Amino acid sequence: MDVLTLSRIQFGGTIAFHYIYPPLSIGLGVLLVLMEGLWLKTNQPIYHQLARFWTKVFALTFAIGVATGIVMEFEFGTNWAAYSRFVGDVFGSALAAEGIFAFFLESGFLALLLFGWDRVGRKLHFFATCMVCLGAHFSAVWIVVANSWMQTPAGYHIVGEGLHARAEITDFWALVFNPSMLERLSHTICGAWQSGAFLAISISAWYLLKNRHRDFAHATLRVALAVALVASFLQLITGHISAQGVGRHQPAKLAAFEGLYETVSNTPLVLVGWVDEKNETTHALMLPGGLSFLDHNDFHTPVTGLDAFKPADRPPVTASFIFFHGMVAAGMATILIAVLGCFYWWRGTLDQTRWLLWVMVFSVLAPQIANQFGWFAAEVGRQPWLVYGLMRTPEGLSAVVQANVVLASLILFTVIYFMLFSVFVYLLNDKIQHGPHEEDLIPSGKLVLPTHDHLTP
Amino acid sequence: MNLPHLDLNTIWFALVGVLFTGYAMLDGFDLGMGAVHMFTKDDAERRVMLNAIGPVWDGNEVWLVTGGGALFAAFPNVYATVFSGFYLAFMLLLASLIFRAVAIEFRSKQPMYWWRQTWDISFAAGSVLSSLLIGVTLGNLAWGIPIDDRGEFAGSFLGLLKPYPLLLGLTTVALFMMHGAIYGTMKTEGHLHVKLRRWAMNCIIAFVICAVTTTMATLLYVPHIAARVRENPWLFSIALANMLAIANIPREFHHRRDWLAFLSSCAAIITLMLLFGVNQFPNLVYSQPDPTHSLTIYNAASSPKTLGIMLVMATIGIPIVLAYTVSVYWIFRGKVKMDRMSY
Repeated sequence: MDVLTLSRIQFGGTIAFHYIYPPLSIGLGVLLVLMEGLWLKTNQPIYHQLARFWTKVFALTFAIGVATGIVMEFEFGTNWAAYSRFVGDVFGSALAAEGIFAFFLESGFLALLLFGWDRVGRKLHFFATCMVCLGAHFSAVWIVVANSWMQTPAGYHIVGEGLHARAEITDFWALVFNPSMLERLSHTICGAWQSGAFLAISISAWYLLKNRHRDFAHATLRVALAVALVASFLQLITGHISAQGVGRHQPAKLAAFEGLYETVSNTPLVLVGWVDEKNETTHALMLPGGLSFLDHNDFHTPVTGLDAFKPADRPPVTASFIFFHGMVAAGMATILIAVLGCFYWWRGTLDQTRWLLWVMVFSVLAPQIANQFGWFAAEVGRQPWLVYGLMRTPEGLSAVVQANVVLASLILFTVIYFMLFSVFVYLLNDKIQHGPHEEDLIPSGKLVLPTHDHLTP
Repeated sequence: MNLPHLDLNTIWFALVGVLFTGYAMLDGFDLGMGAVHMFTKDDAERRVMLNAIGPVWDGNEVWLVTGGGALFAAFPNVYATVFSGFYLAFMLLLASLIFRAVAIEFRSKQPMYWWRQTWDISFAAGSVLSSLLIGVTLGNLAWGIPIDDRGEFAGSFLGLLKPYPLLLGLTTVALFMMHGAIYGTMKTEGHLHVKLRRWAMNCIIAFVICAVTTTMATLLYVPHIAARVRENPWLFSIALANMLAIANIPREFHHRRDWLAFLSSCAAIITLMLLFGVNQFPNLVYSQPDPTHSLTIYNAASSPKTLGIMLVMATIGIPIVLAYTVSVYWIFRGKVKMDRMSY
């Protein structure tokens, strides 16, 4: 394999693996804020137990997220040096901002969140939890700013020519609020909330099925189902706005998502089907005028098809199509599960609805699939561009890096990441099997309940 | 005396230096602790040492991440040339840092002997290899690396493993081990404290031997690195301060003023980095054998507009970062206390 293919596999693979963890941290961070907030508000020890248990799970995902995240920052320089020279002026500042404004905030207060239970007061601890959660969200902001700029570059101009050409900032805020940034950020954050909420739902459903830690599972479900429901419906809205944005700014990408080769009026929406790249057609069950309506709010206006682009400017259609529709399907599943879960919860029969509990156990996979496929669709759909319309992917490679060293590092990361993932699953399972600590129902140290506590007999 | 004109490029040279110095000073003791904690076989003692860095190691590593980001943004050509040129070395550094990080999180989660031993070894190996590679990188930047007329690295991985960079790598390992052992002495009590004091003394001796050797090697074989001090004799005061800081470490240690010994160790790292920066300036990457291809703070920098925007960010961000870094260290001051949230 050539250095381009290997570098793409390595970057895609390392970022896909990394991207299992930060969404979990962001989502669990929101849950932790809610749980600890409920504890402070209601003084019920069960919420203290919740916060302590989920903090441990949070710590595990956070550690792997940190360990694998630093790889991403290095890889821009190691594998994509030409890209780094081209965009450093613009893209680098977003990464630097992420370090200064997000990572320091996150890691500083993480110390208090994890180890500060018996060292600081309840309010300060809650504040630390909020700051960790905020820091996690800030890191999403800056990395999505950087990535969105690659999709819809703005606030820059090109200086120099040929090998020495590079993008330089003209307007920082135009760069930050580039045309796709807000919709992609909200879509990403909702996806992160979903992944945290469905992890909590999954584990709680498992406890209910096994008839263990029932109070703990119920209290977790109350918080997590609410977050899942809100995030899943918001995801529908942000997804719709994002897709419209793609249609506006990256029409070739939208056409590839939908396997749309021909520009026709009353453009149909593909519900399910497959792409025949050789004959440039898509065999599918379609909703007539559906895509026109979603893209233009009107059943007739044509949506630009791939025929408007030279073959060299088209993204890989099959891959874009599969990832996009896979994401949509997984996203729809999250909505369905959240609605059903809330409905049975409201009726008070969730505990007896064992089939739904089993679905909920596996529901943890749905947002993970949606997040991964969504990113794949976004990045594969950006091809053949590295920076949309400005730099093609092969042009961004490091000039001095040979295929054999990339192969070596690819093997290295593959081995390490398989090992990390196995240990992660093993430890998470171990944590689940042990369940929450009984002693967490009796807050210790400075965290003892106020003396007027009516719960003490 | 020719003080450099204080433009944005110079300021960013200094700020990137501050970030990497912060990393060396803070994560330095974490990495050192990783190496030193293998000196005992006792599980409880290893846990105490791990938890001495427990609340802070993660924040300390952020200095490296932010330093890397700042380098990318302020001097993209240096970031691109060095990271792609040192490809294999940096991949090994990443692997080491990954093993170091996850070992801290994983090791105490299971009671089995083999489990803890595995992660203890990966914690130690990751820490030592990270320190070594950081030192080798600095050594190569000091010695100079071959850069071609396009500004690309023109050497090989094995070419990075010259005796001088390796010596600097070894010195860095010794420096961080000394730094970590002193930090450990400060954070522990009882029997372990006595042991750490003994190990710290040995590390100090090892570091002094390395430091003297490196200094001699530098003066003999890397004359360009001392050129600026030769031209500006007043800069010799930095070298003097560095020697005094190093000499002060065993003195304070002898008087059981552990935290003053630790501060001296920090001062030694700061002055070492300062010496390195002063002599590199205005080069970021010195090109050897053809110095005209060197990457400087001017030919490798981003536009003045970006440097200005980032300076605003740094002016807002760094005071806030320092405020809660200091707060965290203050809250977790004193000897390590184990509780059930500990690693």
